[in-house]
Amino acid sequence: MTTTQTLCLAKDMTIYNALDQKQELLDALSSSDDVELDLSQVGEIDTAGLQLLILMKKEAQRAGKRVVIVAHSQPVRSLIDFCNLAADLGDPLVIPASEAN
Amino acid sequence: MDELTNVYIQESREQLAEMEAGLLRLEQNPEDGDNIDAIFRAAHTIKGGSGVIECAFIEQFTHRVENILDALRNGEASVSGALATLLLECCDHMGRLIDVLAAQQPEPEAQLVEHGNALTRRLQVFLDQTAGTAAGSANLTVQEDEGTVESSGGGVVDTDAWHISIRFGPNVLRGGTDPLSFIRFLGSLGEIIGIETIADAIPSAEEMDPESCYLGFEIRLQTKSSKSDIERIFDFVREDCDLRILSPQSKVSDYVRLIQELPEDTLRLGEMLVRCGALTQTEIDQGLRDQKQTTEVSGEETPPPLGEILVGNKVVHPEIVEAAVTRQTQVVEKKAREAQLVRVHADKLDQLIDLIGELVIAGASANLLALKSRNGELVEATSVLSRLVESIRDSALQLRMVQIGDTFTRFNRVVRDVSKDLGKEIELAISGADTELDKSVVEKIGDPLMHLVRNSLDHGIEPVEQRLARGKPACGRVSLNAFHDSGSIVIQVSDDGGGLNREKIRAKAIERELIQPTDSLSDAEVINLIFEPGFSTVDQVSKLSGRGVGMDVVRRNIQALRGTVEVTSAEGQGTTFTIRLPLTLAIIDGFLVGVGKASYVIPLDAVVECIEHKNLAGDRNFLNLRGEALPFIRLRELFEVEGSPPARESIVVVQFGGQRAGIVVDQLMGEFQTVIKPLGRLFSNLRGISGSTILGSGEVALILDVAALVNIVTRSEEEHLLPNRNSASPQLAYTGNSTFVSSGR
Repeated sequence: MTTTQTLCLAKDMTIYNALDQKQELLDALSSSDDVELDLSQVGEIDTAGLQLLILMKKEAQRAGKRVVIVAHSQPVRSLIDFCNLAADLGDPLVIPASEAN
Repeated sequence: MDELTNVYIQESREQLAEMEAGLLRLEQNPEDGDNIDAIFRAAHTIKGGSGVIECAFIEQFTHRVENILDALRNGEASVSGALATLLLECCDHMGRLIDVLAAQQPEPEAQLVEHGNALTRRLQVFLDQTAGTAAGSANLTVQEDEGTVESSGGGVVDTDAWHISIRFGPNVLRGGTDPLSFIRFLGSLGEIIGIETIADAIPSAEEMDPESCYLGFEIRLQTKSSKSDIERIFDFVREDCDLRILSPQSKVSDYVRLIQELPEDTLRLGEMLVRCGALTQTEIDQGLRDQKQTTEVSGEETPPPLGEILVGNKVVHPEIVEAAVTRQTQVVEKKAREAQLVRVHADKLDQLIDLIGELVIAGASANLLALKSRNGELVEATSVLSRLVESIRDSALQLRMVQIGDTFTRFNRVVRDVSKDLGKEIELAISGADTELDKSVVEKIGDPLMHLVRNSLDHGIEPVEQRLARGKPACGRVSLNAFHDSGSIVIQVSDDGGGLNREKIRAKAIERELIQPTDSLSDAEVINLIFEPGFSTVDQVSKLSGRGVGMDVVRRNIQALRGTVEVTSAEGQGTTFTIRLPLTLAIIDGFLVGVGKASYVIPLDAVVECIEHKNLAGDRNFLNLRGEALPFIRLRELFEVEGSPPARESIVVVQFGGQRAGIVVDQLMGEFQTVIKPLGRLFSNLRGISGSTILGSGEVALILDVAALVNIVTRSEEEHLLPNRNSASPQLAYTGNSTFVSSGR
């Protein structure tokens, strides 16, 4: 079972959606060894959302699976940056040319 | 003066008071490391603040004080009596420097500068000594080792950023707050130079509740804000998070404590602290090296945590860590309490009280009109209104109430200094420190109290030999006590010293022509003569008191507060000064009475009961009230009111300082909220009247001075009954006559 599943979260990663998204994310992880998360559509992310991302990474590590965030929206990227978690999460952050300075 | 300077002055005074209290404790218990830390922190805060407001002269001096405190803290210097005295003097000097700042002078006066220099020189002597012992006792290599130990034990971590360590509670998210927004908001205080997200607490997927918060953060923040500013940001989640803040100059041991207290693995946390820049790798390495060595020696599989290593290395004593933890929780609790307080400018409070005074008067007027209108509903509405006004009045006055404890504790220092100067052993006992009274009264009572306490220390307590000869303990005792008593507050200053010598006082009074040799005075009257101007019995003028100004000034000050002072004394056993003060100076509950067309207000607290009496004719000035003689006075006669009295007069029985007296009036008009308006200077010699007030009808009513009236009554009764008294005067004749003697002169 080496299929790569790409999960695209469309809603905001906030406390309001946290319960649903946890299920959604864990379902994806249990059905596949390699999950790619596309967060480019996430307009807003708060502490609850951040926790879910960390949880996914931890769970994947525990199960020997792989979770990669392949695309970040600007809010997600700035949050990860702010919390100094880029190295811990270990995903390539693509900084758009418009924001590079 | 700008806001910042104001806040600085206020906070510095508080820190100074804390520092002084700490220094006094230090003398008792020189080994208390936490106490030394607290003193150092206080000095450091003052210095830090002075830097922020750019006040160079405070910064310079405090820096020198801080040097010696640092030496104490690191155990390089030891606490001696001389050093404690010097530090207390430095404390005083800092207080004076803050006064200079408060007076908005750019520089302290030359004299003050010279005094500061003198203190600095003396400090330098102590510092040189410490340097000397350190160099003398250690050779080169050992010294080097000492250096390392210091840097990880007592030294200051060389970073200038605050360290904030926060763990959010699980319910923060459910409470509708986003922890990250607080962290982001920290950025508004300054620059976040390092941040580490601690996600160790997230459980496995099944147990993880996405609506709970499991995160924590270690943050380095570079800011000029104070600790309370940082804490304020987290006010909303204060109860639901574990917040630790280390100031920029925290010691490594503080960080070690932080590491130990936090739930995460110590090693991992140490690593986190290095990553966010709180500690340097060297500082951690020192601990890690030791850790490795221990493992090799003991052959243990699992290395002990870093904190234990540091403890084992005698850098941090286990008991200190323990004490520090207790201490820290105390600090947190205190901070939490402080956060519940709001600082309000005293002027605003006074304005509020003034407005409420007007409200009370306007309410009384509305009440009166409502009664006249005979409209039931209107009467009911206004009575509800006046009840509310009454509650507002009470709570507004409550705002001005402060505990007398702070005023009392200031005397710890006075007692210490004076007893050192005099070579006596004296302890201060304080009771009733939580008694509350009006702020304006508290401010003005300090000086008279100081006089009385000094007087007790100087004249009251005998020298040690004399005490031992009299069979008393060598250590003298001065006590300060406060309590509430029927609408007034009573403050007592007592000592267990020699007491007052009546014959000496009498002889002196005759010599000073205060009394005639033929005058017969009761014992109580004789000893209260010490309050007369120009009276002093001590043979030797000392630097503390005994210049013959003092006691009469004390009495004048207290009378200015509408209070009285009395002294009682038992020879050989001690002396007690009793001060009685009104609770508040602004609004009281009054009892309205009428004589002729005029209205008078008697403070309700002083009223015991009202009785009706028909046959008061004759020149008898007392009546039999349930078997006791009650002297009374007719207001109509006292104030020379025209007209004849009605058939049925009433007597209001009032009480003051244990004395009862009757006041005969035409009619009783009931309770009345009274806003006290002071009388003008013109009326300052008027006796029996303490102020005026405005009635609902707009008329003016005079407020009776119950203390003075009771004295007039009992005194005239005394003269009447005892034209030629001897010293064995009956109980009725004894009065609290201090007020009378003064006003009669």
